[in-house]
Amino acid sequence: MSAKPPSSENESNVSKKRKSNGVSRRGFLSGVGVGSGALGAGVLGSTVLPETAEAATQVGPAAVPITLRINGKPVNLTVEPRVTLLDALRNRLDITGAKRVCDRGTCGACTTIMNGKVVYSCTVLAVDAQGKDIQTIEGIATNGKLHPVSTAFVNNDGQQCGYCTPGFVMAVKGFLDRHPDPTYEDVEKGLGGNLCRCGTYVGVRKAALEAAKEMKGARRG
Amino acid sequence: MADYSWPPMEKRRLIGKPHSRLDGGLKASGKAKYASDYFSKDLLFARMLTSPHAHARVVKIDVADAKSLNGVTAVRVISPAGTEIQWAGTEIAAVAATSEEIARDAIRRIKVEYEVLPHLVKEEDLAAAGPRAKASGEQVTGDPDKAFQEAEATIEGMYSMPVITHCCLESHGQAIEWKEDGMNYWPSTQNVSGIGGDIGTALKYPPDKIHVHMDNVGGGFGSKFAADRWGVECAQLSKESGGKPVKLMLERDTELMIAGNRPSAYAKIKVGAKKDGTITAWQSESWATGGIGGGGSPPLPYVFTEIPNQRKTHSAVSINAGGVRAWRAPNHPQASYLTCSALEDLAAKLNMDPIDLFDKNLALTARAEVYRAQLKKAAELIEWKKNWHPRGQSGSGTEKHGLGLAVNTWGGGGHASTCLTTIHPDGTVEVELGSQDLGTGTRTIITQVAAETLGLPMGAITLKIGDNSYPKSGGSGGSTTVGGVSSSTRKSTVNALAKLFDTVGPAMNTPADQLEAVDGRIQVKGNASKSMTWKAACAKLGVNKIAELGVNDQKKPEGLNSSGVGGVQMAHVKVDTETGIVRMVRFVAVQDIGLVINPKLADSQIHGAIIMGICGALMEERVMDQQTGRMLNADMEFYKLAGIGDVGEIISHLDITPAHDKRGVVGLGEPPSIGVIASIGNAVANAIGVRVPQVPLVPKRVLAALGERRA
Repeated sequence: MSAKPPSSENESNVSKKRKSNGVSRRGFLSGVGVGSGALGAGVLGSTVLPETAEAATQVGPAAVPITLRINGKPVNLTVEPRVTLLDALRNRLDITGAKRVCDRGTCGACTTIMNGKVVYSCTVLAVDAQGKDIQTIEGIATNGKLHPVSTAFVNNDGQQCGYCTPGFVMAVKGFLDRHPDPTYEDVEKGLGGNLCRCGTYVGVRKAALEAAKEMKGARRG
Repeated sequence: MADYSWPPMEKRRLIGKPHSRLDGGLKASGKAKYASDYFSKDLLFARMLTSPHAHARVVKIDVADAKSLNGVTAVRVISPAGTEIQWAGTEIAAVAATSEEIARDAIRRIKVEYEVLPHLVKEEDLAAAGPRAKASGEQVTGDPDKAFQEAEATIEGMYSMPVITHCCLESHGQAIEWKEDGMNYWPSTQNVSGIGGDIGTALKYPPDKIHVHMDNVGGGFGSKFAADRWGVECAQLSKESGGKPVKLMLERDTELMIAGNRPSAYAKIKVGAKKDGTITAWQSESWATGGIGGGGSPPLPYVFTEIPNQRKTHSAVSINAGGVRAWRAPNHPQASYLTCSALEDLAAKLNMDPIDLFDKNLALTARAEVYRAQLKKAAELIEWKKNWHPRGQSGSGTEKHGLGLAVNTWGGGGHASTCLTTIHPDGTVEVELGSQDLGTGTRTIITQVAAETLGLPMGAITLKIGDNSYPKSGGSGGSTTVGGVSSSTRKSTVNALAKLFDTVGPAMNTPADQLEAVDGRIQVKGNASKSMTWKAACAKLGVNKIAELGVNDQKKPEGLNSSGVGGVQMAHVKVDTETGIVRMVRFVAVQDIGLVINPKLADSQIHGAIIMGICGALMEERVMDQQTGRMLNADMEFYKLAGIGDVGEIISHLDITPAHDKRGVVGLGEPPSIGVIASIGNAVANAIGVRVPQVPLVPKRVLAALGERRA
């Protein structure tokens, strides 16, 4: 029943839809109910094509040197074109906050923020992430102080085993960056793309609302 | 003999207070490390080849091409020629390589020839299982034939729930570094103290040379106790790769297929009663599967065990699918579902409110007064009187509301646990246990207990868990951790403090037994003016530190922990009769749990258990295909879990009273997970006026049940 969130390819599709309802970054799929083939329809939409065409320069199949801008710093590495951003982070750079859980764009445990947009890093190729601002959970704390979203997760116990937590924190941050004043219903829709097995949603809902309040206060102050 | 008893409720500073989890900041900032996060410069990555067939014999296996691939460091044949495979997903071979991509390529180069054998992967039709179903003998109590003849009302129903899997978000696996003089083992486990011995036995490697370390585990739910074949193979891959560390985590499909599941439960049930609702007779023909070994035997009738006349049979069906593992409250969710569904149907037949029917028959349970009070409390929290209506009478619209209830029971005593407390002359305190925090908050509650006992703030305690170099503590299963570690920690810290009193007593001209530790000071009991700071007291130790053990003996908890609880759960759902979609409106859990060390974390446990139950009630199901013998939904798109918008309002009520408190600590992980599916199933029946005979209550089943009623 969870709405499927967008992968990087269909962000443009989502942006358009977002403008029309002003609520959910995943709104375009939230109406699609139980067990439907939501993913196929969303990912293969025609709005994908222009972005794909832009990135059509051929690389590989052998490993290629690339530079990724991660949390504001350029990082050089060599990867085969088939390596996902998630695997590049975890297996090559020891940046392990993003977790590999479903590895196919379903669960959100690998959520990162790319050029301000929330993406599943298991569905982004590392070579395609070049030239983009990649923010991981390791990059959201400032001066050693927890990000307000992280703090809200602690205060409201929005975590148990913690394996979905980094992805959830990034999803909440990305959501609040675009929807600073969400309602309870907005939170349920906007965070429908992250799954938790321990069942921490009660705390996560509260955390998202508390973080929204906190961040708004900080902006005013 | 030392007094280990818990401080009186009104005197507790830390125990019983809703502290945020201590490792929350680490987890919410991505810094918490898991076995799957293990990284080193020379790390090798391993992948496994698994069987595509449910039943087959390996005829030939050729790994030469895999071995010759550049970057491959080791290839292991796990199932050599001649091996009979009994379920799809069985481990066939494993490869270690310098990158995960190379390991994946190498797996593709392995050639296996199978002789495919006939299989059975479905159990819902008991007759079709033939000799694969093994019936236990019929169990008879009283005179069920006579009782059914005399019954003023009887109902007969068929109820079923499928196999579901653990789907731990961190899949099973580990990293291992094999050295001849000592192995480093970083598993994802619920069993830090025990898993080293397990792998050591399998490898014939001295267990005392195996160093196990795990800071965090990404979910276990009963499926992560053993080293497993993938652990043993990972160790061998490391050995064959010259002792370099190797990481082998199961792929998601493999995790869903072979890393554990909860047995299914099917039953034809008949219940007889008097007109006033008094239950007189029970008959059940049940069956279940937990894989090739059969498995799964729900205790029926559940909770209402003393129904005077009973006839029961149960069959274990062996199928060619991955095997059962303990799954949060083994056998209980099934038993609660089968029993409470039949009782709700009986209430509907008698035109009774099910609360009245359950209440009427509480004498048939082991804790009538507990349940009676809980029924009342839960009814109040879910506004039963206002929201309940007789079955099927929910108005003429297409959105139907319904309420349902269920009961649970569980043990939850403390497991064997040893804790070591060290007080250093500089005042620092270390508390060590070979335990693990599954996300239940074990770190936090141990620290609360230690700090409370020593009269210190929680920040003054350095807690060390997750390593087998610390004193042994049991595996985390059966809701036994909180009772075990809280008791051993209490004893260990009381013992250490007594030693400190022995040291400072002379300096304060006070007998050691007249001292107490309060607010970071050691003082004469009840006299804050005669005191010294904790630091000054510890300085009296000179060059000696205090190191004291505390042991919880599972059989002699000495009043610190106990077991045996009841709970009542109620669900409020709405069903769209046009689409068949069931939505949660509200869920209430009232739980009896003894002494509560941390109500905030206890609430989280209950919320989580309920959400897991909502998944099982509305979406989770392992779908097997008899044609191919494969699991059709071995991924997280189609093995569905609830999302944040699917769970509705959740209300937990903890029975925190002196009467409950004096029982000591009782585990909480399992009981609130038990009655969720049953209460939601009952709520749906109440809403739509007809029983949906199988969970999960997906639209097609709801619509089919509605269709049959119309026909």
